[in-house]
Amino acid sequence: MTQPTTAVAGSDGALLERARRHLWQAVGERDEYAAGRAVFTALDDGADLEDVLLDVIAPVQRKVGAEWAANRFTVAQEHAATAIHDRIIAALAHRTPEPPPAGAAGTSDAPGAPGPSGTVTVACVDGEWHALPARILAEVLRRRGFRVDFLGAQVPTPHLIAHLHQTAPAALALSSSLPTRLPNAHTAITAAQAIGVPVLAGGAAFGTDGRYARQLGADAWAPDARAAAAVLARGLPQPRTGAVRQTLEDLPHLDDQEYTMVSRSKRQLVKNTLAGMEGRLPAMGAYTDRQRERTAEDIAHIVDFLATALYTDDPGLFTGFLRWTGDILQARGVPAQVLDPGLALLQEELKDFPRAVGFLTQGRTAIGGDTPAPEPRPDA
Amino acid sequence: MTNAEGSTRSTRGLTSSVGASWMRAPCPALVVDAADVVVEVNTRAAELFPRAERGAWLKDVVPGWLVEGHRRAAAGGEDPAATGPVRGRHGQWSLEAHPTLVPGGDVVWWLVDDTDRLLAEAALRGERQRTAFLADASTRLLASLNTERCMEVTVDLAVEHLADAAVLVGHASGRRHPLALGAGGEVTHRSARIEPAMIPGLAEALQGFPPVPSRWIDPAALPDWAVPDGFAGPAGSVVVTPLPGPGFPAGALILLRRSDRAAFDASEEVFARVFAARAGAALSAARLYQEQSGITATLMAELLPPVLRQVHGVEFAGGYRASKDTERVGGDFYDVHPGADADQETLAVLGDVCGKGLDAAVLTGKIRNSLHALLPLADDHQNLLRLLNGALLNSRHTRFATLVLASVRRRGSTTHLRLTSAGHPAPLIVRHDGTVREAPTTGTLIGALPDVRSTTAEVTLKPGETCLLFTDGVTEARGGPLGDAMFGEQRLRSALGECAGMPAEAVVERIQMLVAEWIDDNPHDDIAVVAITAPRTRHLTAVDGHSPGRYTP
Repeated sequence: MTQPTTAVAGSDGALLERARRHLWQAVGERDEYAAGRAVFTALDDGADLEDVLLDVIAPVQRKVGAEWAANRFTVAQEHAATAIHDRIIAALAHRTPEPPPAGAAGTSDAPGAPGPSGTVTVACVDGEWHALPARILAEVLRRRGFRVDFLGAQVPTPHLIAHLHQTAPAALALSSSLPTRLPNAHTAITAAQAIGVPVLAGGAAFGTDGRYARQLGADAWAPDARAAAAVLARGLPQPRTGAVRQTLEDLPHLDDQEYTMVSRSKRQLVKNTLAGMEGRLPAMGAYTDRQRERTAEDIAHIVDFLATALYTDDPGLFTGFLRWTGDILQARGVPAQVLDPGLALLQEELKDFPRAVGFLTQGRTAIGGDTPAPEPRPDA
Repeated sequence: MTNAEGSTRSTRGLTSSVGASWMRAPCPALVVDAADVVVEVNTRAAELFPRAERGAWLKDVVPGWLVEGHRRAAAGGEDPAATGPVRGRHGQWSLEAHPTLVPGGDVVWWLVDDTDRLLAEAALRGERQRTAFLADASTRLLASLNTERCMEVTVDLAVEHLADAAVLVGHASGRRHPLALGAGGEVTHRSARIEPAMIPGLAEALQGFPPVPSRWIDPAALPDWAVPDGFAGPAGSVVVTPLPGPGFPAGALILLRRSDRAAFDASEEVFARVFAARAGAALSAARLYQEQSGITATLMAELLPPVLRQVHGVEFAGGYRASKDTERVGGDFYDVHPGADADQETLAVLGDVCGKGLDAAVLTGKIRNSLHALLPLADDHQNLLRLLNGALLNSRHTRFATLVLASVRRRGSTTHLRLTSAGHPAPLIVRHDGTVREAPTTGTLIGALPDVRSTTAEVTLKPGETCLLFTDGVTEARGGPLGDAMFGEQRLRSALGECAGMPAEAVVERIQMLVAEWIDDNPHDDIAVVAITAPRTRHLTAVDGHSPGRYTP
């Protein structure tokens, strides 16, 4: 296989561009047949299968997410698009040739590397439903000659560890899109390493630069499937088996108990904040039960992200989430500042927790009244 | 020897009684002047240095390190003690010599025999290292329940701490023994047909007999398979030690040392056995776990929810979540039995056995088997339920079950469903415009009463419409943002309303996801969902499972 940077050279750029356009149109119309035709035509015209996976399906899927955020896609459209992509990938698997003899792929990837030896287990973190990135990685790895165990979405950590005990793979590729799953990811990473399985972390949750993968002690991080395959082909050294690393060893700041308190009292925080908002915003008196529940869900999300920010000690994780939520609200005609009373109330609830209060202050600035919230991304 | 009274110089500044005591002091001491001449020697010092007499040159009577120390102390001026004690060996002893200055420029050397302390310290250090090694070994060995990993760790530890190379001979499966070979930081695995009798003690170790002394084993006679590739031989000494396990040995460990290294001594052989006992325990535990998980997987295979797919132009998708994350099966179940051809009905069934966990799962297996046997009678749901009820009433289980049957057949673009509930929540139908209706079917649960009654609802689905079968684990899920509300049928209906036009897998995923978010980390019951969907458009037939390979329109 080729190096990540030159991979697209394997296929005609215009060919892929056309396939992307056709696929995008097809999933927008939920036309599975047309979607399949877009992909298979590209393959018949000589496009490389890996390029189709990574430069046609993956970007279209990303765009689906962006369109949903911008309120141009319904939930149904988003789910349908994902399901269509999933089926196309299943159909593509039939076209995958027999894996080359072990080592062949690795030899061209990095001379002298051991190549794909042993199995790679690909799994999503507990609570992570976005399986498509992991699924695409599994297909790319298979095509490059790896033996792959794909465990799918939201694998409960006890199942994952039992599987690792039984199969002792050469590496675990752990995928997560939602930052709020980072504490779960941390549990999985330390547990896998304790039984001697190195972990490659990937997916949006670990940060665009992999900072959270490093922070949580993953053995490696990759920004995309090509880079992940290259890392795995080079081989990851086996961690020493032993006692499970304690959370505090990686994250000494958790000593202040703020993460523990916020995540344990989440429900109470949501209740109190909701009650406080009802007291301060007369408009809420007219809310339907459904609207009230939605508001409670929004507060619960904010608390989840606040807890995760405390876990990683990164206020950017919290402000990033609030900006993103602000964008989504604005795309639906709601000003981002609507979040401010909730943040203010949380600040009062958590007044004894300096880190949390600091993060909330930064969050309020991020969606601040004076600063206009950023425009929704114009996705062409 | 002389006594203190006889010495003119030794009495300087000392009362005679102190001088006498000094002579009999339990600690060797000698006085040396600035010119390196011995001035006085007490009894113990004289025993230690027999040639030390008054007037002798220091260098002729004590070891060089003490002469050096004296020169430095004498040159040190006012306070030779500031230069600190000097230490060194003298014959079999280890001595520490402390200087003190006597007025007049002489130095008194007080000698402390710390031989025993040093020996004790060395022994303690050795013991500490061994204890630390054993603690480390136990942690590392017990971490993995994978036999291969466990063999690897054992060999790795043995090479790191005990020998230049190590070979673990595992318990034979058939006639081949799994081997883990380690030398120079590399561990390799292979399995080989070996003749244990080729190495003295190996056959015995594998059978659980006590180990034979290392000196019985001729390193030159080792067979090739017992020498790891990375071992820069030749082997100088070899130890074979059993890896004891509960009941029977878990294997044997062969330790090799190069001929240019000290051979294994008796204490090292004993220590190797102590280590092997730990490795054997870990290896046995790992093997037991692998055997058990193999058995569990085999028995569980029939109980796991099946993977559903499109059948005769109708989409089926299922989702399952056991009440405990550590379990994979429970009291909910579903199955899809495809019709023999597109003209035949496909039977989907989803149900819920009273109870949770493995006991309930075993009963779901029986119901699923019985239903499978009753398939030819599926065109009459009432009859089928009656027979199933009879079978359950007559079984020794006292549990009952609720279930829903769906016979599905597609004609043209319309999908026909016959739906019958036996005491189960009625299926929900989502129309293409997002309206949600309950299928009008009711019935009594089965396995409890001699007579069962039910009504069947006939429903048709247009493209993009879905019929959802679900267990009460969905509607009774407790949680939500405030943590204490039931998910309820109303939320399920409104969630389903958004699923119009979605493929079956997407419907299942959406419902599962919403319920999982609702539950968050609350306890919950088993949850099962099956979506039966009339496809909105034509399909990739490759996914139908009938034409693998090329995609065809």
